[in-house]
Amino acid sequence: MIYAPRLPRLGVFDVWRDAARALASNDVAADSVNWAMEEACDTLFGQGAALPAARAMTVPKEFIPLAKLVCASRATGAHDLLYRVLLRCRNTPHLLNNRADPQVQQLTALAKHVRRDMHKMKAFVRFREVTPQGSNRRQFLSWFEPDHRIEELIAGFFVRRFADMDWVIVTPEVTTRFDCGTLSHEALASDRMALSDDTEDLWRTYYANTFNPARLKIKAMQSEMPKKYWKNLPEADLIPDMIAQAEARVLQMQQTAPTVPPLRAARILGRLPARPEQARGQKQD
Amino acid sequence: MAKMNLQEKLAVLSDAAKYDASCASSGTTRRNSAGGKGLGSTEGSGICHAYTPDGRCISLLKILMTNFCIYDCAYCINRVSSQVQRARFTVEEVVHLTTEFYRRNYIEGLFLSSGIIKSPDDTMADMVRIARELREVHHFRGYIHLKTIPDAAPELIEQAGLLADRLSMNVELPTDAGLRTYAPEKNAEEIRRAMGRVHERKLAAREQTHSGRRGAKFAPAGQSTQLIVGADGANDATILQSSTRLYSSYKLKRVYYSAFSPIPDSTAALPLIKPPLVREHRLYQADWLMRFYGYEATEIASATTGGMLDLTVDPKLAWALANRQVFPVDVNRAGKEMLLRVPGFGTKSVARILSARRNGALGYGDLTRIGALVNKAKPFITTRDWSPGSMTDAENLRARFAPKPEQLSLL
Repeated sequence: MIYAPRLPRLGVFDVWRDAARALASNDVAADSVNWAMEEACDTLFGQGAALPAARAMTVPKEFIPLAKLVCASRATGAHDLLYRVLLRCRNTPHLLNNRADPQVQQLTALAKHVRRDMHKMKAFVRFREVTPQGSNRRQFLSWFEPDHRIEELIAGFFVRRFADMDWVIVTPEVTTRFDCGTLSHEALASDRMALSDDTEDLWRTYYANTFNPARLKIKAMQSEMPKKYWKNLPEADLIPDMIAQAEARVLQMQQTAPTVPPLRAARILGRLPARPEQARGQKQD
Repeated sequence: MAKMNLQEKLAVLSDAAKYDASCASSGTTRRNSAGGKGLGSTEGSGICHAYTPDGRCISLLKILMTNFCIYDCAYCINRVSSQVQRARFTVEEVVHLTTEFYRRNYIEGLFLSSGIIKSPDDTMADMVRIARELREVHHFRGYIHLKTIPDAAPELIEQAGLLADRLSMNVELPTDAGLRTYAPEKNAEEIRRAMGRVHERKLAAREQTHSGRRGAKFAPAGQSTQLIVGADGANDATILQSSTRLYSSYKLKRVYYSAFSPIPDSTAALPLIKPPLVREHRLYQADWLMRFYGYEATEIASATTGGMLDLTVDPKLAWALANRQVFPVDVNRAGKEMLLRVPGFGTKSVARILSARRNGALGYGDLTRIGALVNKAKPFITTRDWSPGSMTDAENLRARFAPKPEQLSLL
């Protein structure tokens, strides 16, 4: 008998957990389960065999946070692998502590990719102000393209941080709204939005001036801020020119002769209180 | 002179602040504004919101309140004798930039530093005013790092520590003699005394009163400092010795190393060399070994040449190559301290090895899955199915790790 649980775009972990509990507590082998995301045409073909009734079962406590992350993964076979490890956890309670196990290693790698994706979303979402006139709450809008299905996992971070304003984060598949203190998600296909606001000029000024041209390390930048994010970052189009001019700027600093101190320098230094001579022979170790 | 607008000031005062390496926003108390009042949150780990082409992260809005300065430190772009353009932010301007950048998710918070104007007390008082305005008027819950001025009155530093997450004072030069030469207005003793006071104040904040309550948090993300590398003649062994003293005496969270880099309008007193970036990197690696791997500064120094770290191989590998008599290490039996000494094993790999080997003896392939750099480690370890044989003591072992000599480019 083949089971084919279908996972929705929103609330995927809850649905996966309920199905996995029903299947695993009845000892259904992993090869008899065909996990897949819900597609529009699914309704025509049904969901495979009806799931058996769930019985009580326990899982190691590390499994749940790991499963929440892996459920958000777009990697092929992620949900299947998660179920296989769940089955093995029943007989080997410390399985998840063994990173030398190939399946555990694969699963933690999947979780790591999702975690990294979430971290990058916290870092690279850029809000633009769209407050209409006369509104008493400020409103902000952002467009972001995550690699994995992390919108629900990440929303809490923005709620904890930006609760005194209204905001919307639009991704290609989900729109997350925070409106007067209420959070909501909607599975909604959207096209890329090109957004900007006035404060971006100040931010770009800061970005360009905090760069030290004498320390060019382009690889280090790109490994942390891969190019795929650049198109939605207001500062990123400055990068090519900053790199191109770096060498000339350093050369110019080196070749410019030291200048004469401004007149006020001697006046100011003369006014400073004299320092007591520091004790000689201080221990230098 | 025409009045500068906000954007022009920002350009000058962020350019002036960029020689401070620290941009950390981690390790403070957890706070949020989910209640609907106030702005911002801190959740333990820091977030880098952007990277510039110098590979450094932007986590905080790092600016000077003003780059006017009455001191004349040779290495500093803002010294009184420099012709650099000067500017000064108002309190409102700093608050505006911090909160507006924060709302757009550009930053984790503010790193405010300043040139010394009028007197150390006046300057510190203005910086405290900015932090207070952010915390008490705007209920800003993000991260604040205040550069404290060692000579400022202890009451001002007290207030700074209650408002900020982190306080820092830069030692800048690794030896007192270097500081006397290049920063004649600064006083190494005074800096150390001020660090000591901050450390003691932090300890006091942790103690419970007789009613069982704790005092208000004081600089919960600790204090840090910065050493400039390559401006004076101090060698790496001396620098690491200085760091050890800073970590042990004042329990600093971090010592930052900043390769001296050319500045516009430099003084003739210092060489405008290419910043020694590899040296800076090796110092950070050595610093890590001291803080997380149980190495003493003297052990690291013993594997240097003339007190300078090897630039071609990392300090851990250098130590292993110089102390081959303790290798190979049996991955399935060795204790944690010894596993931490194996090149290619990080703290995470070691924790995973210790936990995984309870399930049975580990082999070579297991180490790969665990995430250890097995290629680097293999001359120094034995596993269930691997023994390095004569490799550990081979003459050419160092050559295995040193990068191939680069062919000179023709153009």
